[in-house]
Amino acid sequence: MTDLRTDAPTARPDRSPGGTAARRALRTAARRVLRFAVSLAVLLVASFAMIHLIPGDPVRASLGPAAPAELVATRTAALGLDRPLPEQFFTYLGNVLTGDLGTSFLTGEPVADVIAARLPNTLSLALLATAVALVVAVPLGMWAAVRTENGRNRGTELAFGTVTGTAVAVPEFLYSIALVAVLAVGLGWFPPAGQAGPATYVLPVLALSVGPIAMIARITRVETLRELGSDYVRLARAKRLPAARLHLRHVLPNTLTATLTVGGLLLTSLIAGSVLVEYVFAWPGLGMKIVESITQKDYPVAQAVILVYGAIVLVVNLAVDLVLGALDPTSEIKEVAA
Amino acid sequence: MRTDSDARDSVWRSPSAIIGGVIVALMAVLAVVGPLIWGATAERVDAAAILQGSSAAHPLGTDNLGRDLLARVLVAGRYSLSLALVATLIGAALGILLGALPSVLPRRAARFVTGAVHALVAFPGLLLAMFTAVVAGLGARGAVLGIGVAIAPGFARLTQTLAASVAGSDYVAAARMLGVPRRRVLTRHILPNIAEPLILNLAQSLGGALLGLAGMSFLGLGVQPPDFDWGRLLFDGFARIYVDPEVALGPAAAVALAGIGFNLLGDTLARAAARSSAGRHQTDRPGPPPAEDEPDQDAVLEVRDLTVSFPGGSTPVRGLSLTLAPGEIVGLVGESGSGKSLTAAAIGGLVPYPGAVTYARLRLAGADVADLTDKELGTALAMVFQDPMASLNPALRVGGQLAEVAVVHQGASRADARRRAVDRLGHVRLPDPERHAGQHPHELSGGMRQRAVIAMGLMGTPRVVIADEPTTALDVTVQRQILRLLREVVTETGAALLFISHDIAVVGELCDRVVVMYAGRVVEELPADRLAAGAAHPYTRALIASLPDLDTDRSRPLAGIPGTQPAPARVGPGCAFAPRCVLATARCHGERPELVVHGPRQRVACWEVTP
Repeated sequence: MTDLRTDAPTARPDRSPGGTAARRALRTAARRVLRFAVSLAVLLVASFAMIHLIPGDPVRASLGPAAPAELVATRTAALGLDRPLPEQFFTYLGNVLTGDLGTSFLTGEPVADVIAARLPNTLSLALLATAVALVVAVPLGMWAAVRTENGRNRGTELAFGTVTGTAVAVPEFLYSIALVAVLAVGLGWFPPAGQAGPATYVLPVLALSVGPIAMIARITRVETLRELGSDYVRLARAKRLPAARLHLRHVLPNTLTATLTVGGLLLTSLIAGSVLVEYVFAWPGLGMKIVESITQKDYPVAQAVILVYGAIVLVVNLAVDLVLGALDPTSEIKEVAA
Repeated sequence: MRTDSDARDSVWRSPSAIIGGVIVALMAVLAVVGPLIWGATAERVDAAAILQGSSAAHPLGTDNLGRDLLARVLVAGRYSLSLALVATLIGAALGILLGALPSVLPRRAARFVTGAVHALVAFPGLLLAMFTAVVAGLGARGAVLGIGVAIAPGFARLTQTLAASVAGSDYVAAARMLGVPRRRVLTRHILPNIAEPLILNLAQSLGGALLGLAGMSFLGLGVQPPDFDWGRLLFDGFARIYVDPEVALGPAAAVALAGIGFNLLGDTLARAAARSSAGRHQTDRPGPPPAEDEPDQDAVLEVRDLTVSFPGGSTPVRGLSLTLAPGEIVGLVGESGSGKSLTAAAIGGLVPYPGAVTYARLRLAGADVADLTDKELGTALAMVFQDPMASLNPALRVGGQLAEVAVVHQGASRADARRRAVDRLGHVRLPDPERHAGQHPHELSGGMRQRAVIAMGLMGTPRVVIADEPTTALDVTVQRQILRLLREVVTETGAALLFISHDIAVVGELCDRVVVMYAGRVVEELPADRLAAGAAHPYTRALIASLPDLDTDRSRPLAGIPGTQPAPARVGPGCAFAPRCVLATARCHGERPELVVHGPRQRVACWEVTP
């Protein structure tokens, strides 16, 4: 996970701050877009290289040792793998940029169609799980912080730490298996697999969101505790604001930067985590496809799906950066080691 | 007093540390003895017992060759843990190499490597692992390499960060200056100094590698038959989950348990490494008995026998009494640690949790504070704190923070409240109040923010303003403006001002009356105009003497007060100032002087002054 730190608000002289601040924000945004572009380029090169890094002849490996030599030769020529490397790369680049992600070795389907059909299923799962995680975890973390402020209620603190620490340590596919075994097979409350209607979403979303809930709740608690000790909270308390207003209007917005940063990054890890969850629930998403394609040595599909996954991760990271930059006027997120 | 090693010990004695340690120890034992004990059972094919569910003979059932699954889970521990260990070591080696490269490469290449590590860290580990697995081929080798590659960026990032921090240190700079080659600087000076956090990360990554490998094998991308690890057993069991769920739950429990154990242990290691001394105290102490005299009806703030104590016998404020008349400016002076700020917090009801506040009387604007509603308190008492950078909420607009006082306590509409906020901001002479009301605090300077905080106090009808070192964080010219503003506020509203400061010169200038605190008690109270000539307590006199003036010989060092103020928990039975006092006698050390009248409007607590 990326290491993040928010800068403390800095004092600035009395002059009109509009111009310089806006320009600086713009420059920061430009730098992020540039970094995104570079990462995307690296990703393109890596996904192109993948097929060439496979030891031996990928087409032969895919078709199996029994396949006739002519078929291998035809397939190789059709894929352009007999061309010089630079030419192959530029063809690949052109194809990707025009939305042509190649065709499946096995089914002959255009990979772009496969992805277009499956991507929405994966994204809906990841977005729902992120939403559930935020809605549950933020109030939970704030509640724990208020209850355990300054070391009161040690029992709550211990229970909270133990439960969330344990929940974080168990990977999502184990939750999935447990949920299938208990709620689907054992009790029969929910369908065990497949995607057909809202009921089928319950278990996968649950399995995906348990870990993030624990993680975000922990972070929210720490952030809230920090804010509760700050002077502006002391002043707000001196104003005798009602507890709800104090916590929701004064404390919450100041914890959101950290929470949303982690939430955004979690979205990317959820997209990856969904691979295993999709596999358990036989969910017709990209995750299922990538596992199938790797086990079946359907390299064009694996290549394209990894490219799409990577691109989604980069886009989400960029969006989180930009949104946070615009949202929070005082803090700038930056990587510690930059 | 607790020591560092005690704190470390207590980390290791916490339940999570013990549970984590026990689980990991059991895993290690299992890895060593598991195959020795159950190895034969795990491989025994039994055609009569194929694909059975749970039974007395086979608690977790049997597989497609009739082999006992419990034995297989117990045996698989060694393979799962070994693969995880290998993957972690590969990841660590790769990552440390990648992370250390920038310190020996030329500038441009170093920047490239740094950038690459940056980009890699952002990718989910599973994607990197799958990419590697595609290239390296299906099977245990591909999965281990993949997980290793997935772990590497984290290590690289950590190494870079740590190396950068060490590289800036004096001894590395010295080594460079002496012409030690860069590679040698790296191996001799940098790596040994960052070894501990790297080893820590190694321990934490082990758990992640174990789970990652289980995931890969579970997807069918890792260990292939006839070998088996927990993930592979899960893969086989999962296919039968609709018939015999327990077949899948056995290996799942093993993976979950291992994940939890390594995670708890990793957390403990991290905490033990990060922990410095942090003692907690648990005892409580009763407050003084209530005083039985008549409340002062003229006073706008009356405090009798205020005591603030913290668990463990520390009592930073002891039996403090204070009376403020309307329109009066009273300075509360003392060194840091004398209890002045806690006095202010106690009056405002803002002492943080473990602290206990007791008093014989605490009246504000003619009523007991306990009887006042939040609305009355929130409008009658205004507070100004030291750091205007911190006392405004960075996420909310300045105007909104003022307006909410009117909305919450006076039931004003948002528009009215905002109009009043702008009016109040203008009143404290904030330039262009309309615009600044719509801005966030970071867009205002320190002086402007302090004005806004004062304006916030003026949203209600303050009877008492407590200003806790309101000018300490500001530069000198702004200080003067803020002091003048506070004085105007008092003149205009008739509120009393309790001005807390360690700067006796400022207090003498601004205040009508001065209250001097030492080690939690008031030692002298006197009119401000008598400070220079009439101060009686040796501590007050020493404070005044320590001020430079026009006659001070600038070539000599400033006269300080020798010694330090005792900590709140260590005040003896006598006068707390006695150890530093040139006039102290045996009586001063053994018996505490009470505050008694000494001249007009002056009270002193000193045996030498009023025997």
